[in-house]
Amino acid sequence: MADPSVLPWYAALLLPVLLGGVTWLALVGDALFAGERAAVAAPGREVARLLVGQRRRTVASDALLGRVGGAVLPVAALLAAAVLPLGERPVADLSVGVVWFNAMEVLAWAAVWLVGWGANSAPAMVGGYRFVAQGLAYELPHMFAIITAALGAESLRLTTIVEAQRDLWFVVVMPVAFAVYLLSAAAMAFWGPFDAPVARDVAGGAAAELSGVDRLVFAGGRWLLLVVAAAMAVPLFLGGGAGPLLPAWAWVAVKTAAVLALLLWLRHRFPTVRVDRFVPFAWVVLIPLTIAQALAVALVVLGGA
Amino acid sequence: MGQVLFWTLAAAALGFGYLVFRVDSMARATFALLASFLAVAGEVLLLGLGYLGVVIALMMVVEMVVMAVFMVMFMMNPAGLVPMTMVHNKAGSAAIAIGTFVALAAGVLVVDWPTRVGEPAPDVTLALGEALMGGQMLTMMTLGVALFATIVATVVLSTARGRYRDEP
Amino acid sequence: MTLEAFLLLAAGLFAIGLYGALSQQSIVMLMMGLELMLNGVIVAAAAFWYFVSPAGSDGQVLVVVVITAMAIEMAVGFAVVTAIYRARQVDMTDDAADLRG
Repeated sequence: MADPSVLPWYAALLLPVLLGGVTWLALVGDALFAGERAAVAAPGREVARLLVGQRRRTVASDALLGRVGGAVLPVAALLAAAVLPLGERPVADLSVGVVWFNAMEVLAWAAVWLVGWGANSAPAMVGGYRFVAQGLAYELPHMFAIITAALGAESLRLTTIVEAQRDLWFVVVMPVAFAVYLLSAAAMAFWGPFDAPVARDVAGGAAAELSGVDRLVFAGGRWLLLVVAAAMAVPLFLGGGAGPLLPAWAWVAVKTAAVLALLLWLRHRFPTVRVDRFVPFAWVVLIPLTIAQALAVALVVLGGA
Repeated sequence: MGQVLFWTLAAAALGFGYLVFRVDSMARATFALLASFLAVAGEVLLLGLGYLGVVIALMMVVEMVVMAVFMVMFMMNPAGLVPMTMVHNKAGSAAIAIGTFVALAAGVLVVDWPTRVGEPAPDVTLALGEALMGGQMLTMMTLGVALFATIVATVVLSTARGRYRDEP
Repeated sequence: MTLEAFLLLAAGLFAIGLYGALSQQSIVMLMMGLELMLNGVIVAAAAFWYFVSPAGSDGQVLVVVVITAMAIEMAVGFAVVTAIYRARQVDMTDDAADLRG
């Protein structure tokens, strides 16, 4: 018998298509923010250009690790989206959904280092190492923020977390965790002010020696990671599909679009910040802040229960 | 299905574990070890321990990336471009390792293991949490203090100042 | 998927890790051997939990303790390697044999 709390099995095959479509729309939105003409066709132009581009091979490159890293980045993003409630039901309602999402994001972090390593090129290595430092620093506040949401619902299952927000959204109960989550989501997808790993001062950083299809896969993986991280803010903090009038999936789409618009605007508003400016901020300010937030929520939960 | 998965993951864990000490490139050795760890995490998931399996995968990915950083920092052949072996007493260690495996395997096959008593709790993660916060609270506190001591010790050991003298 | 199969896997991982820990000259590779040995212990602990006493959670707590021990060992090991490298510019066990004999 089909389990009513998860989508049917063929939804797993439709998930990449759906996420690809959302990523396309995000790219259009980014082009609109940048003020490009014919923004609707901007992703199509980029994809076509990269598909016909020539792939690059460097001397004594570690092709095995580089290609594995490039392939794992989008796959990890897709696997992380498997626990995302699309409307009311996710593709896979794991009892440890929050930890699974975290594990897949960390896998994407390792994949970017592999891409930087595989090219046997100094700027690529520098970009890879920048991302290792940045990811490590922002992973802990990220973890604490999503654990605070799980703490508020007393469960690691994402559908239970959505259920627990029926009366009050978590963004009201734990605003600090929500703000830190948005910041760390941008940092983990090396987006916006946090794109030092692929910045111009290291000739494109981790993606320096990528060209053609390799670059398409890498850039696609990075966009997918951003979209999935933004979409995960909805069940964790913004009440999932709750809302009047529209069905659950429509509300999820609207809220995801709002969070994505905020993250896209962030990139066009702020320049790239140097790594040694924002990494100590994560270690020294954000970690105690998120721990204090978790303590506050734990006291509320213990007091209420 | 479970059998096929078990034997595949077991072969992967052992195979990648052996590869760690065979490849020339240090980066590949690190990620071969990661593959072995992910196979072990899969085995733990097969036993029904969902939370522990995913946590093992998460922690091992982070640890292996940090290890890769140290590899490239300290080792003289990180990309394996020059084939070299850095072993001492290879035959002796192999003999000891094989002897240990034979002894352990003999023990595993000969000992009369106890039969199963009871069924797993419906929510294994909750049972673990309640144990750690309840009956096993002493364990939890010891782990916490040990981790704190580790943080202090590693920071002291790795600052440029070190333990005895000022900045060099 | 019997207890014996899991324990054989654990013994195999332990033996491979032991070979690495005994034979490698570089401290970081030696630590990889130690990690493999602890891997074997994790598999054995989880298997004992499932096949002998799944109702309790002592096996799970043991797995948690071993995971924490792995993390601690790696952290302290890397700090020690950094300290040795800063003092002597080497990272090999053969050059750190001051306490021998």
